[in-house]
Amino acid sequence: MTDLAAKVEAFLAEHPPAGADPIEFLRARFDAGLAWVHFPVGAGGLGAPRAAQFAVDEAFAAAGAPEAVPAAKVIGYGMAAPTILTFGTPEQHERFLRPLFTGEEVWCQLFSEPGAGSDLATLATRAVRDGDDWVVDGQKVWTSFAHAARWAILVARTDPTVPKHQGLSYFICDMNDAGVQVRPLRQITGEAEFNEVFLNAVRVPDAHRLGAVGEGWKVAQTTLMNERVAIGAHAAPREGGLIGVAARTWREHPELRTPGLHDRLLRLWVQAEALRLTSERLRQGLAVGQPGPEGSAAKLAFATINQAVSGFEVELQGEQGLAYEDWTMRRPLETDWASRDPGFRYLRTKGNSIEGGTSEILRNIIAERVLGLPREPRSDADVAWKDLPR
Amino acid sequence: MSELLYSEVENDLRASVRDLLSDRSPWTAVLARTETDQPYDLALWRTLATELGLAGLLVPEELGGAGASAREVAVVLEELGRAVAPVPFLGSAVLATSALLAAGDAELLPELAAGNRTATLGVTYTTAPNAVFPASVHVHNGRLTGRIGSVVDLDVAEFVVVPAVGAAGPELHVVEVSSARVTPVVPLDLTRRISHLELDGVSGRLLATGDAAEQALRSALTTGAGLLAAEQLGLAQWCLDSTVDYAKTRYQFGRQIGSFQAIKHRLADLWAATSSALATSRAAASALATGEDVGVSVAVAAAYCSDVAVLAAEEALQLHGGIGMTWEHPVHLYLGRAKSSQLALGSPERHRAALATLIDLPA
Ligand SMILES: Cc1cc2nc3c(=O)[nH]c(=O)nc-3n(C[C@H](O)[C@H](O)[C@H](O)COP(=O)(O)OP(=O)(O)OC[C@H]3O[C@@H](n4cnc5c(N)ncnc54)[C@H](O)[C@@H]3O)c2cc1C
Repeated sequence: MTDLAAKVEAFLAEHPPAGADPIEFLRARFDAGLAWVHFPVGAGGLGAPRAAQFAVDEAFAAAGAPEAVPAAKVIGYGMAAPTILTFGTPEQHERFLRPLFTGEEVWCQLFSEPGAGSDLATLATRAVRDGDDWVVDGQKVWTSFAHAARWAILVARTDPTVPKHQGLSYFICDMNDAGVQVRPLRQITGEAEFNEVFLNAVRVPDAHRLGAVGEGWKVAQTTLMNERVAIGAHAAPREGGLIGVAARTWREHPELRTPGLHDRLLRLWVQAEALRLTSERLRQGLAVGQPGPEGSAAKLAFATINQAVSGFEVELQGEQGLAYEDWTMRRPLETDWASRDPGFRYLRTKGNSIEGGTSEILRNIIAERVLGLPREPRSDADVAWKDLPR
Repeated sequence: MSELLYSEVENDLRASVRDLLSDRSPWTAVLARTETDQPYDLALWRTLATELGLAGLLVPEELGGAGASAREVAVVLEELGRAVAPVPFLGSAVLATSALLAAGDAELLPELAAGNRTATLGVTYTTAPNAVFPASVHVHNGRLTGRIGSVVDLDVAEFVVVPAVGAAGPELHVVEVSSARVTPVVPLDLTRRISHLELDGVSGRLLATGDAAEQALRSALTTGAGLLAAEQLGLAQWCLDSTVDYAKTRYQFGRQIGSFQAIKHRLADLWAATSSALATSRAAASALATGEDVGVSVAVAAAYCSDVAVLAAEEALQLHGGIGMTWEHPVHLYLGRAKSSQLALGSPERHRAALATLIDLPA
C-alpha cells in the first residue's frame, strides 16, 4: 500500500463516512490534505503528484464518502481552485479554498460576453480603481450556474489604452453584491443552466484580485487550461462515459438492434475506449505544475465522442427517439446526463463543443501550440483595445 | 434522365409559398407557438390548403384537386421545411392523400383537396416503405381494435387511414379520429406532433383489402419518404443560408468569422452536400411523378437527405457558438426537426438496405 492509500485509510477509520455530516467530513478531508493531494500542505493538499488524485478520489468514492453538491464541482473544482492556488495570496487560499471544496460556496465563471466569446481578450467589462476597491460595470453571458453561485471568477478590462491582452485583470467577484443581477438564459434543452449576468457598479476589493494588474490574460489562461483538462481528462472507468449508457440500452433492448447500428456502436465503443486511454495517459503524465495545451485535445475529443454517441442513441431508440422527456423551464443545479433521456443528451452535448472553448478554437490551439504551426495573420494584437474596430 | 431543374411554374409556386410563410410564419411565431396548447397553426394551414390550393396538389382535377405531381409537392415541402412550419401538410396532403389515391377513394379525397378536412396515415412515423404490413390493429365484424404508436399529425386530423388485419388479411380503413383515443407524445421535434392512436371496437370505412391494401400503404409510404427528402432539403438550405449570413456578420478577433478557413471549408462542404441533397430530392420527386425508377430514387434521396439535414442543423448550431445553444434562437427548432425526420419513414439504414436489394448488392 502506498503512503497515500494508508493516509486515506487512516482518515476513513478516524472519520467513518456512514452518517457523517457532509460539510464536517469534507472540512476534515480538506484539513488532512486529501482534498487535492497535488495542492500544497495547508491548501487542501500534500504536495503529491497530480496523478495521485485519481486513486484518492476513487478510495473515497468506494467508501461511500460524502461529496460536495454537484454545482460546486464544475467551476469551483475544475477552474477556480487551481487558479486561486496558482495566483492567490496565502490569505486568499485561506479564505476561499476550504468552503469551495466543501461546496458551502459555489463558484461561477464570468468570462464570456456577447461580443467576446472565442475572442475572450476583446472583452469590454470595465474595472476602474476607486481607493481600495475596483468598480466593475459590464455584461457577461452564458454564465453556467450563476444562479447558484456565491463567488465568481471574473476577467475585466482595467486598461483600455493598451492592446487587448495587456489591459485585463482577474478578480474574485462577490455574487451577493447589490450590483450583480443574474437572469436565466434558457437553453435548447428547455432548461436554463446558464444565465446573463449584469454588473452594475459592483465593488470588488483589491484584495480580491488574482495576479497582478494587467496580468489577467495569463491568469485566465491558467483557468482555461485547467477547465479543458477537467472536462477532457477526467478519470473514467471503461464504459464510464455516455458510451456506457448506449451500451446498456443495446444490451437491454435486443428489439432495437440492427446490423448498421451494431457496427456503429462498436466503432463508437472503440473510439470511446481510445479516448479514455488517451485521457488516462494524459493524466498520468501531468506533473505537479500546470496542464499544457494537450488538455485541449482531450476536451476536443470529449465533445466529439459525446455528440456522436448521443446522436447514435436517439437513432437507436427508433420510435422512442421521436419523444422528449420534458421541456419544462427550470434552473438546474447540476448536469446529470445519465439519468435523462437520449433527446436531452443529444441536445445538451451540442454545447460540449462550444463551452470551455469551441472545438475550432481548440484545433487552433493544438495546431499552434502543440504542433508549432504559424499563427493565422492577426490585425488586432498590437492595437490599443480602445482603437479596435467594433 | 429525369428532369432535375425547377420549372417556371414550380418557381412561381415556391415564391408564393415562401411569401406566405415569411409573412405568416416567421420563426419567432413558430417558436412562440411550441409551448402553447395550439402547436399547429391551423389558420395558416387553412390558407395553404384553400387559398393556395396546396392540400389537393396530388389529387386529380376530377376529384377537386389540382392534378399536379410530386414535383410540385416537393417544392411546397422544401418551403415548409425551410420555415419549419407547424402545419399537417405531410400527414394530410402527402401520406393520407397518397394512400387514398392508391386505394381509389373518391369520398374523402375531394374533402381533403378542398381543405375542408384534414387526415393522416395511421402508421408509426418511423415505418419504412418496405416494412411488413402492420398487424397491431385487428378487424372483427367490421370493427377495428388495436393500437398504433407515434402517428404523425394525428393531433389535428379528423380522419385517419388505418392499416389493419382482418379475416382475409390486410385491410385499409378510413376511421374518424373522434371515435378513437388519441394520446399526444411530448416530441423532440417541437414543430411536428405525434400521438398514439387507440381503437376500441371502432367502425371504419373499408378502402381496400389484400394486395390492394398492401400496395396502397407501400405507395403512401414511398411517396412520403421520397417527399420528406424535399422537406429535409429545405431545412438544410435554411441552415446553410442562415449560417453563411451569420459568418459574414459575426466578428471575432477583429474579423468576420467567415474569413477563417476553418469555417469557410465547413460551409463549402455543407453547400456541396446540400447541392447533392437537392439533386437526389429532385430525382425522387421526378421519379414519383413519372413512376420511373421510383425504388432507387426514393431510397437514395431518403438515405442521403436525412443525414444532410442533420449535418446542416448541427453545423448551424456549432457555427453560431453560444447563441445557437439558446432557446430564443431558431436553430434548435431545425435541429429537432432534422433529428426526428432522420428516424421518420425509414431510417437511412433502412433505405440503404432497401437499395441493396434493388441494385443487387446483397449483404
Ligand atoms: C453550455 C454552455 C455553457 C457555458 N458556460 C460558460 C460559463 O460558465 N462562463 C463563461 O464565461 N462562458 C460560458 N460559455 C460560453 C462559451 O465559452 C462561449 O460560447 C464560447 O467561447 C464561444 O463564444 P461565442 O459563443 O461568442 O461564439 P463565437 O466566438 O462567436 O464563435 C462562433 C463560431 O465561430 C467559430 N470561431 C470563432 N473564432 C474562430 C477562429 N479563430 N477560427 C475558427 N473558428 C472560429 C467558433 O468556433 C464558433 O463555431 C458557455 C457556453 C455554453 C454553450
